[in-house]
Amino acid sequence: MRRITVGPFNRVEGDLEVKLDIDDGAVVSAQVTAPLYRGFEQILEGRPALDALTLAPRICGICSVSQSMAAAAALRAVEGLAPAENGTLAANTAHAAENAADHLTHFYIFFMPDFARDLYRERSWYGLIAERFTAMHGACVAEVLPARARLLEIMGILAGKWPHSLAFQPGGTTRAIDLGERMRLLAIIADFRSFLERVVFDDTLEAVLALDSAEALDRWRDGRGGDFARFLTLADDLALDSIGRGSAPLMSYGAYHGNAAPLFAAGVLDVTTMMRETLDIGTIVEDVSHAWMQSGPGAPALSETRPDPEKPDGYSWSKAPRLAGRPVEVGALARQVIDGHPLIVDLLRRTGANVKTRVIARLIETARLADAMETWVKAFRLREPFCHRPARRAEGAGVGLVEAARGSLGHWIELSGDRIRRYQIIAPTTWNFSPRDASGVPGPLEQALVGTSVGAEGAASVAVQHVVRSFDPCMVCTAH
Amino acid sequence: MHSSGFNVLWLQGGSCGGCTMAALEHGAGGWFAALETFGINLLWHPSVSEATAGDAIAVFDDIAGGRLPLHALVLEGSVLRGPNGTGRFNMVAGTGRSLFDWIKLLAPRADYVVAVGSCAAFGGVPAASTNPTDASGLQYLDTELGGALGAGFRSRRGLPVVNVAGCAPHPGWIMETLAALALGDLAASDLDMYGRPKFYADHLAHHGCARNEFYEFKASAEALSERGCLMEHLGCKATQAVGDCNQRAWNGGGSCTHGGFACIACTSPGFESGRNYLETAKLAGIPVGLPLDMPKAWFVALAALSKSATPRRVRANATADHIVAPPAGGGGRRKP
Ligand code: SF4
Ligand code: SF4
Repeated sequence: MRRITVGPFNRVEGDLEVKLDIDDGAVVSAQVTAPLYRGFEQILEGRPALDALTLAPRICGICSVSQSMAAAAALRAVEGLAPAENGTLAANTAHAAENAADHLTHFYIFFMPDFARDLYRERSWYGLIAERFTAMHGACVAEVLPARARLLEIMGILAGKWPHSLAFQPGGTTRAIDLGERMRLLAIIADFRSFLERVVFDDTLEAVLALDSAEALDRWRDGRGGDFARFLTLADDLALDSIGRGSAPLMSYGAYHGNAAPLFAAGVLDVTTMMRETLDIGTIVEDVSHAWMQSGPGAPALSETRPDPEKPDGYSWSKAPRLAGRPVEVGALARQVIDGHPLIVDLLRRTGANVKTRVIARLIETARLADAMETWVKAFRLREPFCHRPARRAEGAGVGLVEAARGSLGHWIELSGDRIRRYQIIAPTTWNFSPRDASGVPGPLEQALVGTSVGAEGAASVAVQHVVRSFDPCMVCTAH
Repeated sequence: MHSSGFNVLWLQGGSCGGCTMAALEHGAGGWFAALETFGINLLWHPSVSEATAGDAIAVFDDIAGGRLPLHALVLEGSVLRGPNGTGRFNMVAGTGRSLFDWIKLLAPRADYVVAVGSCAAFGGVPAASTNPTDASGLQYLDTELGGALGAGFRSRRGLPVVNVAGCAPHPGWIMETLAALALGDLAASDLDMYGRPKFYADHLAHHGCARNEFYEFKASAEALSERGCLMEHLGCKATQAVGDCNQRAWNGGGSCTHGGFACIACTSPGFESGRNYLETAKLAGIPVGLPLDMPKAWFVALAALSKSATPRRVRANATADHIVAPPAGGGGRRKP
């Protein structure tokens, strides 16, 4: 048995270190470390309540809209306020644009370049893939970066700028949209759709969204151009459905809330039985037995964050969130299966949560978001307000739950005299990359890495890289 | 690839990654194409490079050992010096050393040191409130000279740390600074008093704001999403903050004030110490922060005068979220 350390772990968001115990060329146990702590929860304590809207988004530059939305929702919960309906639609549109941009960035800039690495030189697909996906120099970047920038023009119109906007308020959004701007938004969304249809899928979104089973997907893939089909081909060749397997339950807070049901449903799903349960967020606890944190009550509505760098059993700045005592996996796969998307449900039933299904769910979700954005923008009632003036309430507690690209994000706030008395954040990667808890149960990535074959490469093992990146981790969010 | 061109090593400290996300928005052909145009090699960048683990550490070691020339060391994010000066709040994975250590080791090897974003420049949000991690900028903490590298630090070409301040900075500010350095076109005289490139820091964020007509007449928005000037009630600091934010598009055409919320002076040291960002602090009804170069008495007198002359159209629109009073007569119709 030998222990290796993998890091710096690049092409993820932020800092990550992974320690692996290897026996017989395969991982027998993994330890995941978030090596960066900035202390946002401590920084927010004592601040005026609404300052959370300025500071909390700055936890993360890749999902700042998600952070804004969670902060605004938590404050809104304290106020007991209903936002302007247009504001909800505008915020959902901006949020979907950010999440779609994240999925693109992940697929093209973070995930696919690994398949262009030299060690795949012998594979039949290598030439094409290297030409297209090599980091920074592959042909895809010349198409993807302009498409991403164009998509983010939605932020310029709805939210002023990205990342880090103050447009997302408890009462709605700060910019009322006129008819010309609605047309500009629709043009951007149409360009995004066309990019997806030309470059990613090589088919209409309708056809992609109609895929409802593993067989349908296989039939669709054969002979098709487009980067999704390219991925499916190499995923089969490399059996990516056999690595990075997770057995933790999947969780979603439900995504894109409005006055009606969210676009994607909330729930928890047991992957072994495929049974969906209702979500009880009252059972969420953060365990700190292996975090460099002083212990205290684990419920986020009651707990505090106090670093303890000398803690003997600590190996990460990340706390270990648990739902009813269990680790859970969050992300696009969880969202799409809990929402009952037939293709994702079928894939999960056959092969479970793994590198391949995580990536497929992300791309299918991207297609669904393009559709949703168009519907929301068309639903703006241009003569009505986008923002209600909130009646400030200076005391009380609230929770804001949203789905960031990488999964479930929650902000728990408590106000006293209109100051922040407590601010607790549980980010998606805090769930996925959590360290062990007091009973020694590893977090979802720690579990998913077990069994991964590293061959002779050890620390440089590309399989380990695929598994880790399949979660699309964001480490700056994790320990915040 | 390493031997020619302008070599850049880009590291992330206590950052949110947002500066990189902004950089990735740059240019019609994409950021990588723009870098290539100016002969800039990213020796390594944590978010976009292929090299991982040992291969990446080899790049750091080669620079430290003088085997690989480093033209610019770029840091995104603050330097976390805590706890107790160890830098342990921010270890560089796989190296057993803190980012604080690596910065001190690599900065003396670089022709230029560039802070991308207000965190690397001045400490930024991690340095807010109690500053639990002892976060600092490379050469400033807030307005105080010093920071992680010290007040006297000069890179090999004799420049202090170049501070591309902003949270996040405009993609253009980042790219144009790197391009100017690569072309040898950026001298000490091109930096302002806080080391910010003057090409954007010689402007105020207020210049070119679409609300300027409301400003002239002191026709103010009273609540978020209204169209009037945001200075009197809603916290706008753009008359005191540097930046060409309203003269160049953010995300294809936006800006903070265009988006309906105040400029919070994110390019200024100490913006993170503000309180109640979207509310104007006032003394006796007069905003505390007034335009930098205007005597207060003048401002007050002019404000009173211009308020008395506010056209009805401007006053009506200032407190509406949609245009309720269009320009009279359909605008500009010629007399026969
Ligand atoms: S909103 Fe701010 S930037 Fe715009 S005119 Fe008023 S003071 Fe100037
Ligand atoms: S307008 Fe102000 S807050 Fe907004 S980006 Fe410019 S300097 Fe920063």
